[in-house]
Amino acid sequence: MFKKVLVANRGEIAVRIIRACRDLGIKTVAVYSEADRQSLHPDLADERVCLPGFKPADTYLNMEKILQAAGETGAGAVHPGYGYLAENERFAVRCGEAGLVFIGPRPENIHLAGNKLAAKEMVRAAGVPVIPGSGRGVASLEEAQAAADETGYPVIIKASAGGGGRGMRICIDQWQLKEEFSIAKAEARASFGDDTLYIEKYLENPKHIEFQILGDASGRVVHLGERECSVQRRYQKLVEESPSPALDDALREKMGRAALQLAGTINYFNAGTVEFILDKKKNFYFMEINSRLQVEHPVTEMVTGIDIVKEQIRLSMGDTLGYNYSSVPKRGWAIECRINAEDPENSFLPSPGEIENYRPPGGCGVRLDTHIYQGYRVPPYYDSLLAKLIAHGPDRESAAKIMLRALEEFVIEPVKTTIPLHKKILAHPLFREGDFDTGLIKLLVPDEEDGD
Amino acid sequence: MKDMQSDQKRVEVRAPLAGVFYRRPSPEDPPYVEVGDSVKKKQVLCLLETMKVFQKIKSPADGKVVGIFAQNESPVGDGDVLLVLEKE
Repeated sequence: MFKKVLVANRGEIAVRIIRACRDLGIKTVAVYSEADRQSLHPDLADERVCLPGFKPADTYLNMEKILQAAGETGAGAVHPGYGYLAENERFAVRCGEAGLVFIGPRPENIHLAGNKLAAKEMVRAAGVPVIPGSGRGVASLEEAQAAADETGYPVIIKASAGGGGRGMRICIDQWQLKEEFSIAKAEARASFGDDTLYIEKYLENPKHIEFQILGDASGRVVHLGERECSVQRRYQKLVEESPSPALDDALREKMGRAALQLAGTINYFNAGTVEFILDKKKNFYFMEINSRLQVEHPVTEMVTGIDIVKEQIRLSMGDTLGYNYSSVPKRGWAIECRINAEDPENSFLPSPGEIENYRPPGGCGVRLDTHIYQGYRVPPYYDSLLAKLIAHGPDRESAAKIMLRALEEFVIEPVKTTIPLHKKILAHPLFREGDFDTGLIKLLVPDEEDGD
Repeated sequence: MKDMQSDQKRVEVRAPLAGVFYRRPSPEDPPYVEVGDSVKKKQVLCLLETMKVFQKIKSPADGKVVGIFAQNESPVGDGDVLLVLEKE
């Protein structure tokens, strides 16, 4: 099988993938933009290829240049990470045509996951409730308004190629829809290179629960339990944990079965996630399938002991799954905080610039996935994620205490980060009690304006 | 005397952050403003993208656009002059 992997991404996830490859004895090729010369991923990889330019469209979204780099370096496989080309069906196909193994789902899995209507229809047929909405892409403002009128306000604009919350906008009326539509389109284009949007009914303050799934080439699918992702700001996840304090064994079993039924029906291969929302009466609704490695995959890794990136590579080599959820020993509780270069005291404005003072946390139960270091310059062109801080303990309370302690140790200056906000979240009584939903951040940042 | 007056009327619109400057909401759309256009206070003049977040840069006053100094879809630094207005 392949002996060299090109990592078609940047930031912490490129570093994460390079480390997994190195552990497996597989060589790595990094690609990097001109703005990422000083980043960690080209430094840690065995080989590196510069993608001229700085804009995502010219660099990390540039299929031609990435495939050319793979060809020139003799890579046998491509790992797309998350974002950028990870859920681009065309890219997965192009990799195959170029004789490269795409480390991820099959093109048809990506296609279906990206086609929300088809995915929703399949789920509905299986008897799982779905959120009402346009059910198809809205190409123009007129189509968006028609769909919103039919669904009823408030609605949410979502990017069809979406994920990570980018391109999503809540609209309370048609005037707001008119104002937000073109901005959402621009954000979707910048983040994914695809500006297709759709409309969904906006449900206020639900819980977001997702199930990690893995599928092998023989058609077997397993899930690795859930992740609680309700701590969000504007649909950007900030804190994730596994397991979820909102689920009991019976509900976990029921939701896990729904996730597997769906994954099995579409013959899902490799790593993916089935997202649900959970209302106050503990009714769950299918939201979407994410056909990629998720940012928050480490919390699942900590509590199952399974390295999901290594599993992705192994499954891509044709290996099979020899376990399922009930056979995997459960190892306590894990919490992840996303440390973003954003100023929580100032409307979460992005905060690029040089990191002059850096002191990472450590100690028992602490994991840090990051590409930053003392003297690193955070470029203004890419995602604001600087680091993922993960705390792991025997139970939720001890994991939360480890996280708070690690946050207190963590110094990143003078770039503004979400560390102070995370300290408030971890100390909040509703978080401590496990009794929170997507409205939690609004309690901590009450005067925030929406979408301006 | 005339120069003094126009200096007082001159308003520089600067980038609040480093990022990428966009003159239009999307490549198919016309630019928000052109040199010579009259603008109202709070009218959107351009977009600034920093770390994939788009900010609308709004006019600080009623007036007229007398210069556009940043290049469309090009990087701008923190505090760079994007546009210059002449206040009404």
